[in-house]
Amino acid sequence: MAENNLVHPDNLVYEKTSVMTDRVLHYCPGCGHGTAHRLLAEVIDELGIQGETIGVAPVGCSVLAYYYFDVDMQEAAHGRAPAVATGIKRVFPEKFVFTYQGDGDLAAIGTAETIHACNRGENILVVFINNGIYGMTGGQMAPTTLPGMKSSTSPRGRDVATMGNPLKITELVAELPGTYFVTRQSVHAPANARKAKRALKKAMEYQKLNKGTCFVEIVSNCPSGWKMTPAQSNKWMEENMFPYYPLGDIKVPENQ
Amino acid sequence: MARKGDVVINIERCKGCEVCLTACPHEVLALSNEVNSKGYHYAMKVNSACTGCANCAIVCPDAVITVYREKAVKKA
Ligand SMILES: Cc1ncc(C[n+]2csc(CCOP(=O)(O)OP(=O)(O)O)c2C)c(N)n1
Ligand code: SF4
Ligand code: SF4
Ligand code: SF4
Repeated sequence: MAENNLVHPDNLVYEKTSVMTDRVLHYCPGCGHGTAHRLLAEVIDELGIQGETIGVAPVGCSVLAYYYFDVDMQEAAHGRAPAVATGIKRVFPEKFVFTYQGDGDLAAIGTAETIHACNRGENILVVFINNGIYGMTGGQMAPTTLPGMKSSTSPRGRDVATMGNPLKITELVAELPGTYFVTRQSVHAPANARKAKRALKKAMEYQKLNKGTCFVEIVSNCPSGWKMTPAQSNKWMEENMFPYYPLGDIKVPENQ
Repeated sequence: MARKGDVVINIERCKGCEVCLTACPHEVLALSNEVNSKGYHYAMKVNSACTGCANCAIVCPDAVITVYREKAVKKA
């Protein structure tokens, strides 16, 4: 197709932010991790805090997040990111500190760290990617797996009677006095991605106020673990995940 | 009338996930018949209806789309 003459720096409206490195993401095609990374990187870029930001990477598919964010990063042991972030923030109270964690990391092995950091009101941003499954290790059932949802360890679907109920940890942390802003978003479609970005931006800005933990859940897909195409997984997510994990703000600061 | 736009796709980094295809309000994008060096069919423009809305770019998990949009013409 013939190039028109619009491709000129003067007309540029969107390009990859330089807060993301040029490394090729290792994520599966269509995986929301990449979009979530990029939106957070754009927020860091727009706020001009690249040099002031320290991220903590989890264990899970996003274990290599430190390759992709061009900010100072620290890897934490599985589930311990909020504890590591606590230490970093207390040593560098002026820095913007975030964790980036999957649901296996944050709501299974790391439940204690999550709840106590939120209850202490650590002045950090927790970004929680909830895809209802352990993606990295082969699609095992997570605490967040929906009732009836198939996984490699619940091949006939999660039976609540024997396997327990999905954990709505975001609602749970919203109840804790230490959290300041708690919201649930998604990044699979343009309007949702823009909203999620606004939520991440607010959460980062609130960190300057020293008012407590900001917690941003992103309900996301795992096309490989769910054994679907990216398009199917996004549709399935809308039809099944969103009714159980409704999108929107759960706790907003007073007077906002 | 809507402003005109254009997208540039870094086809070597595209994973052919089609998330951008669904996001485009003007069906500007489709997957190629050819594959890139990784073996992925990549997103490409198939018409010139692009308005530079950046919907495709904001949902691309691999940040491969750059968007351009003509400047708003000031009313005389
Ligand atoms: C101490 C410890 N226990 C178990 C594991 C195995 N493990 C690696 S990733 C993971 C779960 C990842 O799932 P999630 O946090 O939901 O992230 P996703 O891969 O879905 O993004 C587990 C159990 C480990 N690496 N370390
Ligand atoms: S396994 Fe799932 S969560 Fe992990 S990169 Fe692939 S699609 Fe994403
Ligand atoms: S969303 Fe990105 S990676 Fe997926 S097909 Fe479109 S350009 Fe390629
Ligand atoms: S910028 Fe908008 S109109 Fe142009 S290809 Fe992307 S989604 Fe379609």
